Formats: sequence, structure tokens, C-alpha cells
Amino acid sequence: MTTEMICAGFGGQGVLTIGKFIAQSGMKEGKNVSWLPSYGPEMRGGTANVSTVVSDEPIASPIVSFPDILVALNQPSIDKFAPSVRKGGVVIMNTNMCPHGCPREDVDLVAAPMSDIALEIGSMMVLNMLAIGIVIGKTGLIKYETMEEDLNSFLKAKNPDLLEKNLAAIKRGIEIGQKHE
Amino acid sequence: MEVIARRPETLTKTPFTYCPGCLHGVAHRLIAEAIEENGLINQMAGVAPVGCSVFAYKFFNFDMAEAAHGRAPAVATGMKRARPDMHVFTYQGDGDLAAIGTAEIVHAANRGEKLSVFFVNNAIYGMTGGQMAPTTLPDMKTTTSPYGRNVEDIGYPIRMCELLSTLVAPYYVERVSLLSPAEIIKAKKAVGKAIQYNRENRGFTFIEFVSTCPTNWGIDPVKSRDWARDNMLPFFKVGCFRDKGEENVQGVEK
Amino acid sequence: MAKILMKGNEAVAEAAIRSGCRLYFAYPITPQSELIEYMAKMMPKVGGTFLQAESEVAAINMVYGAAGAGKRVMTSSSSPGISLKQEGISYIAGAELPAVIVNVQRGGPGLGDIQPAQADYFQAVKGGGHGDYHLIVLAPNSVQEFADMASDAFDLADKYRNPVMILSDGMLGQMMEPVEFKPAKTQEEINTLGEQHTAWCICPNADGDAKHHHEINSLELDPSVLEKHVNHMYEKYAVVEKNEVRCETYNVSDDNEVLCVAWGSASRIVKSAINELKKEGKSVGLIRPITLWPYPYEAIVKAIGPKVRQVYVFELNTGQMLDDVKIAVEGRVPVKFWGKVGGIVFTPAEIQEKLEACF
Repeated sequence: MTTEMICAGFGGQGVLTIGKFIAQSGMKEGKNVSWLPSYGPEMRGGTANVSTVVSDEPIASPIVSFPDILVALNQPSIDKFAPSVRKGGVVIMNTNMCPHGCPREDVDLVAAPMSDIALEIGSMMVLNMLAIGIVIGKTGLIKYETMEEDLNSFLKAKNPDLLEKNLAAIKRGIEIGQKHE
Repeated sequence: MEVIARRPETLTKTPFTYCPGCLHGVAHRLIAEAIEENGLINQMAGVAPVGCSVFAYKFFNFDMAEAAHGRAPAVATGMKRARPDMHVFTYQGDGDLAAIGTAEIVHAANRGEKLSVFFVNNAIYGMTGGQMAPTTLPDMKTTTSPYGRNVEDIGYPIRMCELLSTLVAPYYVERVSLLSPAEIIKAKKAVGKAIQYNRENRGFTFIEFVSTCPTNWGIDPVKSRDWARDNMLPFFKVGCFRDKGEENVQGVEK
Repeated sequence: MAKILMKGNEAVAEAAIRSGCRLYFAYPITPQSELIEYMAKMMPKVGGTFLQAESEVAAINMVYGAAGAGKRVMTSSSSPGISLKQEGISYIAGAELPAVIVNVQRGGPGLGDIQPAQADYFQAVKGGGHGDYHLIVLAPNSVQEFADMASDAFDLADKYRNPVMILSDGMLGQMMEPVEFKPAKTQEEINTLGEQHTAWCICPNADGDAKHHHEINSLELDPSVLEKHVNHMYEKYAVVEKNEVRCETYNVSDDNEVLCVAWGSASRIVKSAINELKKEGKSVGLIRPITLWPYPYEAIVKAIGPKVRQVYVFELNTGQMLDDVKIAVEGRVPVKFWGKVGGIVFTPAEIQEKLEACF
């Protein structure tokens, strides 16, 4: 099986990191993975996006034209990528920054005020972890345990407070994702 | 029989191919002698430029590399960084060093590369046939400044010693002239000091030789020295601009 | 060793260090910045030299100097910077020096843009600098292969005393994939590598041999001597052509009705399209040149199955490899080209559409 995902949002929302953690966890779980970012001036300020592929097969194209999963943290991301999501695919949308919503009826839409929830947990910095949690809860693309191990390995000693917030955000995301199943 | 003069072992037996009255041979010999006197023949490498001394690699009897026009300081940087146990110098003319290779010389000096640079300034391009150099004097006629160097149009000659001594890193910067036996003896001292500092890996050393080009100037060898004395030396003043190894030298930072 | 998720730019730098490269000279340019930054961070840790040169021109001449001193040395840049290096590359080839140059291609001509492109094929394969010479050109299509090619490139450079270029692009440089590194060379191995060229390179005259006089040079004003030198280089190139051609075939069989030729990043996209067509029962093969010079002419001929009625070349340029494919095919089958330029990478769907039109 091959799962193709696009994560998009404003530069600074941590969308590249969402893809990176998912690719890293996929790799640790023995899958083939690729992570292809948009790069250049749009890295800062504009809309950043990253294509991530997790597959049991060797990955041919790392470019994702028709994503199975779209994580959209702002409206421009919905406008740009929602039309190409595969029929029946998953769209995870941050309603705080998507005032016009998602135009697709034939996709599985998980809409949540993700910015508000992140602030509630304690920091806008955990917005991306919340998104990862929703991906896990909704699709089971990677395992929570792999993420936890990964975060532990580099945050436990350096910033235990941020680690706790990150894990809380992932767990909260999983709940949101599972509720929509 | 007492030997009073001989070819230093640091020069090959290949005869110099320079024009009659050219001072490249003198500069080569001063460098070769200093290397021999410092016992560096087996650890020395030189970089020859594009210009009249393009064949310098045939004359020096140790490892030599030929560089692209202007790039000798970069090539020497690569060599010295690859083999820090070697001692490296470049030998460059005014077109090579002060025109096409300006970036390379300024940045090698600014990094304080542990190299010696020997710069022969004769105010003209020799090998290509007497064109204007960045060091060509105001109103001086060359094949590409046939009405004389017009400073309003093309600017003034570049003084490299002065320019490089504005940088913090260079260890030793001196301008000498090769116009008479007495001046050559002074030049020999400066070259010896540069090679000694090089041997001791002290830093970037730069010697500029005020020299002549009888062929392209169209002046006979003896008169060309008078011409250089009267015209070049007032603009390119000889002297030490930087010597971090000695006290009381202008511009020295201890 | 466990796999690490890494960008191509970082992976090739790490692999170069593991291959014994201890000298790196370069100038910053997008999209290869992670490579120079990785070297800046790691070289001091292994006692190597990292030097940010004043220009690409200076950087390649530092490579010339270090390669002339017989040590493993690398530089990297992206398209416009590689153009600046061409003078030095010609000198390095002419002086027969081993060196590795990485080009993380971006869109051109001129400043172009910073997105992935394959528009430097001609420059890398057909010359670039002046004079009669060849680079050995390796074209990876994954982060793993990008990394593996670092050690291959150094080995080939040392073996043939010739510059080797790894022709990558912004996509391979920027993307992350799992990569597994070969064990790093030991200090002893690196020392041995560093002395392998002392018969000709700039080096101390350790035993005081009176005849020791090594010249690093590409100047020969006597035409008959230069002729001899160029002929010698081309005898060497004939050996490279005989021994070093590499390519990959994908889904090549007697059932193929179309044979694709694509290299580097583009080949990944073509593979996806082939997989989709397979589901529809349409048989398309792919041959991917891994060495762009020497070029796999014979392998292309061999890959043309009995039912193939179209050879299709896909590149992220205007068809720079097309001539080489035509030379290989020699009119046996019609050869067609489609590509994207401007730093736009074609999608699997676009390739699929082009291929479907052949059925």
C-alpha cells in the first residue's frame, strides 16, 4: 500500500515538520518513505507545502499530484490542494484559518479549530503535533508509539516541558481523528 | 678552485627564455636562492601564472603548478590546505594579480593564507604584446592605450602593497625594486624574509618587485631602468608596509 | 547501520566525508545550501578543511590546487555557479587531476530560478569548458544513490585521474529519504588514499630524490606535444567507455510497446506512470542512464523489445539527451520527446497521459 500526503500552511506553522515526523516514523516502522518540500522564497511568509509518501513498495515519484491525505492549516492550502485530493481521501482542515471551508463533498473532512486547541494546550508551536495526532487517529498511517519514542529521543533532556505539550497535542489530535472515523 | 658563483640547486638547468634585459631572471634567482638558503628545496611548491613567466615551472627545480590567469592564489590555497607540510608561493605579474585575479589575491591575503606571493610590476602586459596593465602609469602609451593612459577614462594605476596593507591579516608586505645592484641586494633581503616567514608558517607574505619591460616599453635595457626610476618609483614607492615580525614598522599590528 | 532520514544535499556531503574527502571548497548558492552548510559543520569535526571561497571561480581553482596535491577534494554548486567553474574544470581535466564536482541543478538560462531542472545535461556531458575533454557524469535518482555516488565518484576520479561530476537537481538535493551509509574510511585508509598519487602530485620530496620535479599543468605550446597529450586522454576515455557504463532498466520486457528513456529525478516520475499503465495492461519499459558519460548507447538498443513502436524521452529540459538516444536507436524505432522547463517538474499523471496516447 502507498499513502501520499500533502501538508500545507503558512511558513512558520511547522508544516514541513509534520511531513518530516511522519516520514521518519514511517521509516522506523520499516516502510519506504520520501519527503519533498517546496523550497525557496515561499519558505518564509508564503504558503509552504511538503509531499510525503509512505509505502510498502519502493517509491517511484516523490511528487504527489493526487493526495490521499491533505493537511491544510490555512485557506490558501485548501484552495490550492483540496481540488486534487483523491475521491474518498482525507482532508484535515484548521477551521481557525479556513473561513471559506472546503469545497469538496466527496472527501472525508476532519475540520477542527486547530489553532485554538493548540493555544489551549499551551503553545501555537504544537499546532503541527496536533495535526500529526489527527493523521494518526484518522488514518493510522503511523503509530503513536513511534512518534513518542522519536520525540523522547531529542526533547526529553533538552526541553521536557515542550515534550509534554507535544505529546498532549498528539494525543488530543488522535482523539479528534478517531471521533471522525 | 674556489666557487664564487653558481646556479642554486633550486633552479633547473633550463636556460631562461626571457628577453634581453628582462628582470624576471633576477627575481627568479632571488627566490631560488632564498629557498635554498632556507633549506626548503624538498618541501617547496610554486604556482606559475599566465604571463611572461608562464614557463616558471620549467625553471624552478621543485614541484610547480601552472594556474589559470589570475587564479594562482586560489590554487596555492588549495595546495597549502591539502599539504600543510609543504611551503607554497605564487609568482604573478601585474595583469594576472591586479586585474583578472584581484578577487583571488585580496581574499587569499585577507584569509592570511600561509603563502608567499611574488608580484612583478612592470606596468605593462608583456606576453600578449605590451597592452595596458592595471599598473600602467598615467599618460603611459601601450598598445591598448595608444594615446596614453587617460586617467579620466580608465582610472589610476592600482598600488597593490598599499591596498593589501589595509587588511588585518597579511603578515609581511614590502615593495622593492630591481633597478640596480644595490636595490637587488635590498630585494634579496626582503625575499629572504618572506621565505623565512613562509618556512615558519607565520602567515601571508607579499613582495612586489618594481621591474622593467624593455621590449614592450621600446626602451633599451639600461635606459629602461632609468625610466622606471624616474617614472615608476615616484608612484610605486619602495618600502615595507607591514611586518608583523619586526617592531616599529609602519602599519604593524602587534 | 540504521537508516537515517536525510536530505540529498546532506547525504552526499556525509558520504563524501566517509569516502575520505577532507577538503571542500565552495561558494553558497540555492538549492545546494545544505551541502555547503553540512560541510561547514562536519569538516572541522573530522580534522578536514572547509573553506568558503570568494567565488565559484576561486573554489574550483582551490580544488585544482588540492587535487594537484593528490588529495580527495570536492566542490559543489548549482547551475549558474557550475558555469563559473567551467574554466577550472577544463584545467583540471587537462592536467588530469582527480576531483569531484556536485551540481544540484536549477532552472536556467541565466539566473533562471531555484527549482529543479535537468538543463545542464549538455554542459556536463558535451563539454562545458573549452577543449577536448570529458567529465565522467553520474546521475542519481534517489537520496541513497546520491550518497552512494560520492564514493563511486572519488574512486573513478582517482582511478582515471579525471574530474567526475554528480549531476543532481534541486529535487534530489532538497528531498529527504532514508539512507544507509557505507562504513567511514579509517584514518589509516585515508592516509593511504592521500599518498596514492605521490608519483606525480605536488608533495614533499621525502627521500630527497634529485630528479623530483612534479608539474601540474595543462599548457603545451608545442602542437605535437599537445596532440599527443589529448590523444592520450582519449585513449583513457576509451577505457572509461568500455568499463564504466551504468544504467538501470525498469519493467523492460518483450511485451513493451513503448520504451521510455529518462534520467535522474525525471525517471522517478516516469516509473510512477509506468506502474499506473501496468494496471491497465499496457506494457511500458524504462531505461535510465546512470552514467550520462559514458553513455549507455548499447544498453538502449538492447532494451528495445520486438513490439516497441515508440521510444519516448522525458526530461526536465528541452530535450538535451534526445540526441544521444537518437544516436543509440539509429532510426530503428521513432523517437519522441516531451519535457518541462522553467523548474517545473512534470507529474506522473502528465507522463501517463503522454504514454497512453501511444497506445
